Amino acid sequence: MRTPRIAVGLGTAIALMSLAACGGSDNNNDVFATGSSSSSSSSGGGSSITVGSANFPESVLLANIYAGALKAKGVDVTTKLNIGSREAYIPALQDGSIDLIPEYTGVLAQYFDKSAKATDSEGVYKELQAALPAELTVLDKSAAEDKDSVAVTKATADKLQLKSIADLQGKSKDLVLGGPPEWKTRETGVPGLKKVYGLEFKSFRPLDAGGPLSVQALKNGQVDAANIFTTDPSIPANSFVVLEDPKSLFAAQNVVPLATKAKVNDTVSGALNAVSAKLDTKTLTDLLSQVVTDKKDPDAVAQEWLKSNGLGG
Amino acid sequence: MINDIASWLLDPAHWTGPDGVPVRTGQHLWYSAISLLIASVIAVPAGLVIGHTGRGRVFVVNLAGAARAIPSLGLLFIMVLLLGPRLTGDAAFLWPSLVVLIVLAIPPILSGAYAGVEGVDPAARDAARGMGMTGWEVLRKVEVPCALPLVFSGVRSAALQVVATATIAAIAGLGGLGRFLIDGQAIRDFPQMASGALLVAALALLVDLAFAAVQRYAVSPGLTGRGAGAAGGRSSARGTRANAVPGHEEEVAVQRQAGKTEPQHGS
Amino acid sequence: MTWFLDHVQDVLDLAWQHVYLAGLPLVIGLLVALPLGWLARRHRALYTPFTAGFGLLYTIPSLALFILLPAILGTRILDRNNVLVAMTIYTVALLVRTVADALAAVPDDVNQAATAMGFTRARRFFAVELPLAVPVIAAGLRVAAVSNVSIVSVAAIIGIPQLGLLFTDGFARTFYDPIVVGIVACIVLALAFDLLILVLARALTPWQRAGAAS
Repeated sequence: MRTPRIAVGLGTAIALMSLAACGGSDNNNDVFATGSSSSSSSSGGGSSITVGSANFPESVLLANIYAGALKAKGVDVTTKLNIGSREAYIPALQDGSIDLIPEYTGVLAQYFDKSAKATDSEGVYKELQAALPAELTVLDKSAAEDKDSVAVTKATADKLQLKSIADLQGKSKDLVLGGPPEWKTRETGVPGLKKVYGLEFKSFRPLDAGGPLSVQALKNGQVDAANIFTTDPSIPANSFVVLEDPKSLFAAQNVVPLATKAKVNDTVSGALNAVSAKLDTKTLTDLLSQVVTDKKDPDAVAQEWLKSNGLGG
Repeated sequence: MINDIASWLLDPAHWTGPDGVPVRTGQHLWYSAISLLIASVIAVPAGLVIGHTGRGRVFVVNLAGAARAIPSLGLLFIMVLLLGPRLTGDAAFLWPSLVVLIVLAIPPILSGAYAGVEGVDPAARDAARGMGMTGWEVLRKVEVPCALPLVFSGVRSAALQVVATATIAAIAGLGGLGRFLIDGQAIRDFPQMASGALLVAALALLVDLAFAAVQRYAVSPGLTGRGAGAAGGRSSARGTRANAVPGHEEEVAVQRQAGKTEPQHGS
Repeated sequence: MTWFLDHVQDVLDLAWQHVYLAGLPLVIGLLVALPLGWLARRHRALYTPFTAGFGLLYTIPSLALFILLPAILGTRILDRNNVLVAMTIYTVALLVRTVADALAAVPDDVNQAATAMGFTRARRFFAVELPLAVPVIAAGLRVAAVSNVSIVSVAAIIGIPQLGLLFTDGFARTFYDPIVVGIVACIVLALAFDLLILVLARALTPWQRAGAAS
């Protein structure tokens, strides 16, 4: 009979799919770890914590550092890395898909409070704490910062005598600016450069958020100035010049763990605060360079750093 | 949500200036047209020759199938990394995206071309030979015109895929309607994203209708009634129907023919 | 390719996810497309609006669908079901036409013979029309499968775990290895789906092979 045959065929397909569904469970998403990062762990610590990250290497690195530090203290940790932009992972935090994520004070404060004004580390941190919704909290901030910047090539800096963003006044009309798409409308982007420094550029080219597109475009001259994040190893590698920001258009961006209040207990905050205490900008830049330039695994780099600082298990 | 999308689309500010809908649509069409042209220049002659001589068919069918399987996003990233540093100016952004779109467009056009030539009524071919035409003349005067419906349908479905996929060019720093998607995603402007998506779908529909109109005039009317040799004469009639589904029409024709010939060759 | 050898488990995990996200919609999409295609064929007036209308769904950019579906469906933003729904929509868009054409291609005399033998309409559909339509539907399904594998990788932009993550990670680090491995894996996966559907179709249509022997 034909009918059972087709039914068998479809049934096989469905069975195979269910197998795949079981095999690819949601919990085990630590993609670039050399070891398994399943939720096994010794006793102690609180309930299970899911550490998330955005989908750029520095975020993945930081998430691995946090996860490693928590595991060393006996906390049950799973990771959900490479989630995407803030618009994707903040809701994930709020609906419980993740419990903890590494963040940056300045942009986070802006995200929750569009009128946030402070630009210094302490001020931004305070504004952030005030702006957070009730169920979220931030732990101690670290000294490490990764800020937006306006960077130019050494040749451009020499030719136009540029040291700070203010030096672009009068010259920016002939320059093409490159940056993440959101810079077109964001306060810290094109509108901000106009408002704070009075700069108007010849045009704005939307690229990516400090990623390879921006680096390439700056290096090869498709843009004359670009937003390169300050810890990016491509800055020293290509002798880019990060223009100074005397008027503090770019707010402080200290690395800070953002978490659901309910999941933070003494063990968790102890472990993460210890990490934040030891993390500074130079360290972060070095670690990032190992991941991006040396192509090492973020998980391995995180483990090594934790161990050498007495924070690893 | 629908209200937001409507108000975004009706806002005149979004229709003016270098970031407005008309400019972006123009860019989108430009990328699509160029890649379609290059793909056609490569795939149509190749397909015609393969269909005419019957050689290299298995190899090309499998190659086209494998090319369809190349993930566009991965190819785009590799091309940006490979070609970006080696090209200057805007070409550094343009060529990676064009390569991806060309690779996407070649398989359907190729399939359409050789399926078309293969499907030509053998009687017509014999008649042409009988009239003393050389192989080349047979190809030019008989096979190509008879193959036109399937060639066209291949180009048409390639056009649809290209227009729909040209949105990823925005990921690599280009313009086009994909910019509304990427920029909207970056600032969480869902009406902008949704409007961008709708505009792409609308553009694809218009392109398809345009092709349908051209097809009606370009394809010889004598063909639209006659079968093209495959199962019960369906393929030619299919060529004139509104075809909004990309990718498989010529595939189906090829499969049918394959299905017809397989039992004779044994399995 | 030492990178690959060091990360085989990770790549396999991602590949499994990819199989699930690209494959399940094929099954569900087919089940949805069957009645729709049948309707399109049964009522002449419906054919063009159905095939054109559903076909148009295919042109909606995948990134937009992945991001906007949570808002429409009310699912959580990281929910894989968003991708599943989107991929099912694309599969249905491709298959409605295939199913309609496949059913239409069943020779009329076979249908009439079945009716003459006393088959009810339903039994005729399942016992006669559908089996005969399998080759053409399988061809359309193969195209849908390959297309799905490619589209699913775009979901990496919003961080859904599957092979596309290899692309975004490799790109962010200017690291070719993950990207190449990802492309190869996608191609292998697509070809595996293709082969599987082909084999299933052959298994379901033994009369085509039997014809060869005679």
